[in-house]
Amino acid sequence: MALLDVKDLAVSFVTRNGVNRAVDGISFGVESGKITAIIGESGSGKSVACYSMLGLIPMPPGRIDGGSAVFEGQDLLQLSESQLRKIRGRDVAMIFQDPMTCLNPYMRIGEQMIEPLVYHRASSKAEAMARAVELLGEVGIRDPESTINNYPHEFSGGMRQRVMIAMALINEPKLLIADEPTTALDVTIQAQILKLIADLQKKRDIGVIFISHDLAVVADIADEIAVMQTGRIVERGDRTGIFENAQHPYTQKLLAAIPAGGKQNATAHDDTLIRVENLKTWFEVEGSTVKAVDDVSFDIRRGEVLGLVGESGSGKSTIGRSILRLVPVTGGSVTFDGTDVTALEGRALKDMRRRMQMIFQDPFASLNPRMTVFDTLAEPLLLHGIEDRKSVTGAVLKLMDDVGLMRSAVRKYPHEFSGGQRQRIAIGRALATRPEFIVADEPVSALDVTIQAQILELMEELGREYGLTMLFVSHDLGVVKHLADRIIVLYGGRIVEEGTGERLFAEPREAYTQQLLSAIPGRSLLEAG
Amino acid sequence: MSRDMNSTADMLTDISQAEEGRSLWQDAWARLRKNHLAVLGLAVLVFMIVIALLTPWIAPYAYDAQNLDLGATPPSAAHWLGTDIFGRDLLTQIMYGGRVSLAVGFIATAVALLIGIGYGAIAGYVGGRTDAIMMRLVDILYALPFMIFIVLLMVVFGRNIILLFLAIGAVEWLTMARIMRGQVQSLRQQEFVEAAVSLGLPASTIIRRHLVPNALGPIIVYTTLTIPSVMLLEAFLSFLGLGIQPPQTSWGLLISYGAETMEEYPWLLIYPGLTLTITLFSLNFLGDGLRDALDVRGSKD
Amino acid sequence: MWRFLAARLLQAIPVILAVITVTFFLVRIAPGGPFDSEKAVIPEVKAALEAQYRLDQPLLSQYLAYLGDLAQGDFGPSFKYPGRSVNELIGAGLPVTAELGLYALLIATLIGGLAGVIASLRPNTPQDYVPMALAMIGICMPTFLLGPLLVLVFGIRLEWLPVSGWGDIPGDKILPSITLGAAYAAYIARLSRAGMLEVLSQDYIRTARAKGLPEWQVVVKHALRGGLLPVISFLGPAFAGLLAGSFVVETIFQIPGLGRFYVQAAFNRDYTMILGTTVFLSTLIVLFNLLSDVAAAWLNPRLRHQFGGAK
Repeated sequence: MALLDVKDLAVSFVTRNGVNRAVDGISFGVESGKITAIIGESGSGKSVACYSMLGLIPMPPGRIDGGSAVFEGQDLLQLSESQLRKIRGRDVAMIFQDPMTCLNPYMRIGEQMIEPLVYHRASSKAEAMARAVELLGEVGIRDPESTINNYPHEFSGGMRQRVMIAMALINEPKLLIADEPTTALDVTIQAQILKLIADLQKKRDIGVIFISHDLAVVADIADEIAVMQTGRIVERGDRTGIFENAQHPYTQKLLAAIPAGGKQNATAHDDTLIRVENLKTWFEVEGSTVKAVDDVSFDIRRGEVLGLVGESGSGKSTIGRSILRLVPVTGGSVTFDGTDVTALEGRALKDMRRRMQMIFQDPFASLNPRMTVFDTLAEPLLLHGIEDRKSVTGAVLKLMDDVGLMRSAVRKYPHEFSGGQRQRIAIGRALATRPEFIVADEPVSALDVTIQAQILELMEELGREYGLTMLFVSHDLGVVKHLADRIIVLYGGRIVEEGTGERLFAEPREAYTQQLLSAIPGRSLLEAG
Repeated sequence: MSRDMNSTADMLTDISQAEEGRSLWQDAWARLRKNHLAVLGLAVLVFMIVIALLTPWIAPYAYDAQNLDLGATPPSAAHWLGTDIFGRDLLTQIMYGGRVSLAVGFIATAVALLIGIGYGAIAGYVGGRTDAIMMRLVDILYALPFMIFIVLLMVVFGRNIILLFLAIGAVEWLTMARIMRGQVQSLRQQEFVEAAVSLGLPASTIIRRHLVPNALGPIIVYTTLTIPSVMLLEAFLSFLGLGIQPPQTSWGLLISYGAETMEEYPWLLIYPGLTLTITLFSLNFLGDGLRDALDVRGSKD
Repeated sequence: MWRFLAARLLQAIPVILAVITVTFFLVRIAPGGPFDSEKAVIPEVKAALEAQYRLDQPLLSQYLAYLGDLAQGDFGPSFKYPGRSVNELIGAGLPVTAELGLYALLIATLIGGLAGVIASLRPNTPQDYVPMALAMIGICMPTFLLGPLLVLVFGIRLEWLPVSGWGDIPGDKILPSITLGAAYAAYIARLSRAGMLEVLSQDYIRTARAKGLPEWQVVVKHALRGGLLPVISFLGPAFAGLLAGSFVVETIFQIPGLGRFYVQAAFNRDYTMILGTTVFLSTLIVLFNLLSDVAAAWLNPRLRHQFGGAK
């Protein structure tokens, strides 16, 4: 018998603008000892479905319209708040996406961890503390006897997520709900946490619901997978069924969106467009020097796409910004087509800026919220005298065609567009000056996976059409391998390894590269593709 | 910039199917209009300002018309809000007092705006050591007990209305400077400003087109909330006898006189008090409404 | 922690020095000497008086002498109350003002904090609107209007409570304390509501609910600490405001406290008294600001850590 059996669950949000059906009659089951993954993009209702069963959505505006969720013979949807409370944290525990914000910053982690035990099992504080120390050790926190008295901010992100997991397990729940538990983490940390969850689940033989937007993340751990789209489960099946024999077009689209395979037909010429020599970019932060980029040298040939890969703090974004003179450079030189960019000033700098552009990570922050699409796209055209006032309208509309935006949206403001559309506007702005070189700083990491695939495709296409040289910065080796002719791996502001995607994946020379590669979620899929 | 917009509009006439966008300002205005209290506040405020501007022409009696024989009388048909002990019409007094109170509120706030925005914008934009020194100064000034200082200034230099504007403005600019600096600083780190830099736009254009329009929301909100606190400060000083001096009058001064004789003539306290309170209410509701409509975070302190 | 405290104390010294200096010279450059206004003062007497108050010496040596006296805790003699020192006057007024301020602060934090927390638990319902509407009235109703109104209603019309004095008749402390505390109760209510709403929307509150804790534990154990932090930081400025407000309240209720002395000194142009009280009150305010900053930092583990204290 299933541990949890959900039938026809329907949840709405009642707002001033009407009723919004967030979960539209979904059914799924979770077995003890199995991991069930619920996959869906933002707004698909995957989190709402799980939260509503436990009474964790605010009501109103939330409203459960119908269905049942039978957990150990009890329908959770029929229970009163006080009955549900007895189940939450005892039989069903949760871990959340962002370990930075999910632990109370004002309480020592020990105090927070023992709460479920003290409250549900009436343990004494000392007993509970001893159990907490034990669990902290089990999830891999070093020296738990002393760190148990630390505050959350004294841990790194990965360690905090371990604390969260230990806290969830302290009552030995039968069901664990993990809501995007690795999304906020670096890829190597993500791999560790995934392994930890899988190990603990096997050892305890509990049921797990793993909510994620990323099919690849669950490829190695999920037993069952349910794919959600706009409030409905469009496909359900075991792991092999979903990955090898997906029926629903949306699932196929999700699978296709997992970047796979290497870059086809290289486009690079022989001459060097950009030469970075001994680049150093240091920052003063509260009296100490942070060497964000420390003595880095590389070339980019004309027409080449160079991938820059690293985890947070590796200095990958700073390199891009240093080349474009968006941050002051501490030492070294950047030569663009024979001119040292770091020495340019005034008129010469402005002309150089026309030739080099940037696409930013966050499409919600990279567009001026008070300018229409027209104003945003016309600004660079007029500034650099590429078009005059008469011809600018036509040029803006042409740009919109190029990046796949409806012409009729030309007078709209950024907040009226979706994330993917905004990124198209941002790409249009970068291309407006007809640049030769573009720095793309994590251009798809803030987007849903299917949108990621569209934007990457657009960038490839435009790269060919405009004959662009590109520096593609990302934390995601899969994406970079798919797009880049050559890849540089960074760690702590220095270059670890450099080579073609094929070579790096087949025979990584450095230990860190190997670690990065083995951390890629759904590695098996990538190699198959 | 409005010329740009017009020419833009002309050129777009040939795209017949172009949809009209809704700017954030329009969104905010629509949200504000749904907030009945804020709209009411705005209406009352406009009413008060119009009355204050027209007072010399529409006041029922001359400002200095006394009628000692009449003395203090309760509200009547001839004197809607009654008269004071010199037989002066209270409504006329309140109208003229309003001119002073509102003027102090608006002018001192304008002083605060001018200094605060300039100072804050420079500190935020230049950054680095300059910023550190400038904000250190603001911190020190913040720690000073200004209320006591204003009292002192009034005592030392006499009760001068211009000095009052300056003194109050000089206190309130500190908060404005902090807000403006915070705005500029956080906007500077936004990617759209980086994008503007990478396009090669000159600093003046970046400030005019990208920074100022985006910093305006919080500034408007805090301006609306600064006016009532300034008016309160003036009334406070006048009540203590340290602000406006007769023959000029203000709401604070009227309340002060009213309080002295409230046992016999309560209307002399109640009507000026009501007028001041309603005005402060309107401004605060409008400010709160604007804060919600423009989605400005943070509290007023 | 001690390093943080020491650093803040060091920062306070220049502020206090600046206050002393500015006040001293402001008072000295005021048009007309303190004895000019009095009619028919014989020149010899005036010279003698000026010598007694060291007014005949150069400004700088007067300033240094004043600093020297201050360092020994001596605020000098009063101009207008011959034979009484400023210290005596402050000593007489301070306990009264301190008591009044304490009651007002208690009313403000208890009532205001409670109202704010209650309102935040059910936003946009009557449970939120009613206390917040009252708070708005409290903010818009100035002390100098509320005081007379309370006197009019409860003192004169209903004759429930005495209308003046301090500690003379039972119950005469009630109206002044409420008058002074009301506006700050309103501010604190708004502040704590905003703070609580902010905290209650945080992810860690969801974590606490997911643990199955009852709602009161979620609020008391998890939300209050962060939600009331802004109130703690506000207590410093609130104290300064309360002192200024006590000018008005002490005048209305004829309470012999520091505030009333200060206003009287201002009218009498009793310069040493103004100077002394300004310096004294400023120092108090600066110290109180410091205290509330330190308390806020102490309650916030991140800051406590940042300033190099014990873990």
